[in-house]
Amino acid sequence: MKIGVFICHCGSNIAGTVDVAKVAEEVGKLPDVAYSTDTMYACSEPGQEGIIQAIKDHNLDGVVVASCTPRMHEPTFRRTVERAGLNRYMFEMANIREHVSWIGKDKESNTQKAVDLASIAVAKLTQDRPLIAKKFGVNKRVMVIGGGVAGIQAALDCADGGLEVVLVEKTATIGGKMAKLDKTFPTVDCSSCILGPKMVDVAQHPNITLYANAEVDSVKGYVGNFEVAVKKKATYVDWTACTGCGLCTEKCPSKKATDYFNEKIATTTAISIAFPQAIPKKASIDPEYCIKITKDKCGVCEKLCPTKAIRYDMQDETVIEPVGAIIAATGYDLFDYTRYGEYGGGRYPDVITSLQYERILSASGPMAGHIKRPSDGKEPKNVVFVQCVGSRDKSVDRPYCSGFCCMYTAKQAIQTKDHLPDSQTYVFYMDIRAPGKMYDEFTRRAMEEYGARYIRGRVAMIYPKGDKYIVRGADTLAGTQVEVEADLVVLAVGAEAAKGASNLAEKLRISYDKYGFYMESHVKLRPVETNTAGVFLAGSCQGPKDIPSSVAQGSAAASKVLGLFSKDELESDPQVASVDIKRCVGCGKCIETCPFGAIEETDFRGEPKANVIETVCQGCGVCTSTCPQGAIQLQHFTDNQILAEVNALCQQPLVTSFE
Amino acid sequence: MSSSPTYAYYPGCSGQGTSLEYETSSRAVCEALGVVLHDIPDWSCCGSTPAHTVDHVLSAALSARNLAQAETLTGVEGIATPCPSCLTNLKTAGRRMLDPQFKERVNSLLDTPVKQPLPAKSVLQVLFEDVGPAALKERVVKPLAGLKVAPYYGCILNRPPEVMEFDDCENPIAMDRLLEALGAEVVPFPLKVECCGASFGMPRKDMVMRLSGKLLDVAEDNGAMAMATACPLCQMNLDLRQSQINATSGKQHNMPVFYYTQLIGLALGLDKRLLGLNKLCVNPKAALQAAEQATAGAA
Repeated sequence: MKIGVFICHCGSNIAGTVDVAKVAEEVGKLPDVAYSTDTMYACSEPGQEGIIQAIKDHNLDGVVVASCTPRMHEPTFRRTVERAGLNRYMFEMANIREHVSWIGKDKESNTQKAVDLASIAVAKLTQDRPLIAKKFGVNKRVMVIGGGVAGIQAALDCADGGLEVVLVEKTATIGGKMAKLDKTFPTVDCSSCILGPKMVDVAQHPNITLYANAEVDSVKGYVGNFEVAVKKKATYVDWTACTGCGLCTEKCPSKKATDYFNEKIATTTAISIAFPQAIPKKASIDPEYCIKITKDKCGVCEKLCPTKAIRYDMQDETVIEPVGAIIAATGYDLFDYTRYGEYGGGRYPDVITSLQYERILSASGPMAGHIKRPSDGKEPKNVVFVQCVGSRDKSVDRPYCSGFCCMYTAKQAIQTKDHLPDSQTYVFYMDIRAPGKMYDEFTRRAMEEYGARYIRGRVAMIYPKGDKYIVRGADTLAGTQVEVEADLVVLAVGAEAAKGASNLAEKLRISYDKYGFYMESHVKLRPVETNTAGVFLAGSCQGPKDIPSSVAQGSAAASKVLGLFSKDELESDPQVASVDIKRCVGCGKCIETCPFGAIEETDFRGEPKANVIETVCQGCGVCTSTCPQGAIQLQHFTDNQILAEVNALCQQPLVTSFE
Repeated sequence: MSSSPTYAYYPGCSGQGTSLEYETSSRAVCEALGVVLHDIPDWSCCGSTPAHTVDHVLSAALSARNLAQAETLTGVEGIATPCPSCLTNLKTAGRRMLDPQFKERVNSLLDTPVKQPLPAKSVLQVLFEDVGPAALKERVVKPLAGLKVAPYYGCILNRPPEVMEFDDCENPIAMDRLLEALGAEVVPFPLKVECCGASFGMPRKDMVMRLSGKLLDVAEDNGAMAMATACPLCQMNLDLRQSQINATSGKQHNMPVFYYTQLIGLALGLDKRLLGLNKLCVNPKAALQAAEQATAGAA
């Protein structure tokens, strides 16, 4: 076999602490290596041309590149060798940057380790065989999980692109957090006026199927061919019959049901429609508060309903939706501020969250847009805003910045002055983070035109004094302690991962960070892709985001899906398990251990044998270590290939002592 | 209870002087409620605030000497002390000595090295956890019904939480529950864990006037007839300096400031001489009588 080896300098990234010429020289001495050299940037155009030229000049059978992580450039170099006429799997990569040069300073040891890693790659390559990808069809339907603004945008863009879209929303209406906002920054335009039309578009679009009050139960399959089980939770109202007239909600006698849409500052009826612009505009019953369901009395709504839509015996229902791609747009939840004992831990009625304040400000909210204190309904005079509640605070394990609180606080300060001209607002802040277009100008307007008094420092304590509250904090610019007497305190609570986010991630087989936010495939270059093919991200499920960014990501995810679906067939990864039918004894252990259900039993001349469904196999290798016969092998990672790597390493004389 | 909770007892220096009534009432209450206290033999000062502001090793050594002395006692499950400051030093020393190197440095300063530091608790924690409000309630012979009291824990009894490991650090409730068990009416007191000014009474009297003054203001605003404390220094600032505070602020506070153990003792009907009510600067008689009349009127 004739192997070519290329040791990359990566500028000074590798060459700074690894003697790359020496590595090329040492590896060049190995028996199968016909050509070995170092190269400045292997991934650059001249670098790749050099590889292609060497393959032709030296008639090479395979190539090793020792450079960065294969996560970065393995696909690049596979295409390079393919352009030179080799099979793309006749290529191996040794990571001498992340695994060597970036982590060690001892040039001699680094050089030896780089030689070892490159030699291992050469040994593996001697055992590699050409692999051919198979093709499979694509189901050009897409599921969007989450009906907030990001999910709505993704669904509309996909539907406008001609795709069939299934939109799954957990609550009874789409709209998400944006639907609860009164106004938006930096334009102070009405949130429901700009979101409403988009929501209506979702309802009316012929390509969109909307499941509200539904959740994803399980996800099977793979890119192009997912099967998603969607649980439609019982609403106790037949939505095909319900016209959303609202008669039931007017007459329902159970008026103490939790009003989640209004962030619990008010109560609602047991049968309710979340808000006037709800999509779908259908009633649903909260079984916890329904007198008919809990006590088998009442039944008023059933008697009143002009279309006879009430179904007290309705059960959850599961539907299976076959789709080719999935966009997760599950959003965020608010930090639970009751963890701050120093802010009252939820004991003070006039210490509220920013989203509760939005509902107070909203004309369709429980106070009809008049700012009143929840405790006594009085108009507040001094309103104090406390920023970074659950953001940038290691003590509550939320060290990150939620990104949008500075802006919505400035907006709420402006709105407060608009609603109550005699009021005075105070904003306690750590830093003002307003890096968007027209954002910093907006926060300045809150200070300069609306007289919001910004105090730089954290609030140490909030406590009641009479019917007011004392907000005590630091003024770090003046170097003093300040106390402000407040009638109403609004906590700018930060964002955290949506409840159940990690659970859904596991169903989708995507990764999430330690706070539960979904991991993109590359922080900078693949922001809406995940490491699971066919699953994309949009909006705050990936990290806190404001509306413009969420919308942009919704569109970006949609364009990724449209790109994916522009092909009729996709290539499967041939790095999957394969059964040696002669060795297989049909014990079925691999079938039991496969986490993806990718192995089935088949009959071969009257004997049971294992068979791998190649499109389902994810190449994890669990079956290969389970098989007692060594009959099932992971292609490109066979036992022989791995043993060759081990042998190559163990035959190296140890030059480094660990004393 | 199968066997009585038994502790090595660390009285602390204040208990020998300014807070004698805290000391005697704590002992009396423990005895009455079946908590056995064995004095740590030949105990010495914990170093209080000055020691740990100068040197952590020397400060720990002062407390470690007491930890070592406590190890000479048998059959004790831990150390109990009434004073939050002593408790902080005992607990901090024990915690720092989890580091073998630190322990080595401390032990090299001692005649008798510490083997395994005993866990330290406040008498409040012992009464709350080993006796409990329910059992306490059963023992009450003279309920404090009608006495509106603000529970004041002070700033270091529960903080820092990772060292003190007891109750909520922002809104503790142990003393509230015990006082409620006595029949007292516990008023909402949002400044439970605020600083009284502590030892700044010497160098910056104005600071104590302001901070302790605010505690009295808020307690009174919330309807308290009396305050209950668990700390000798807090008690001194609020009680002994109350007339100074009034002179500074022009207010007319007349707020008796009890140790919570004195109130337990009263409700248990213990010997008044052990409770040392006569040691309080602001005479509690009026408040106690008003409380009695309030309940008599209601009955």
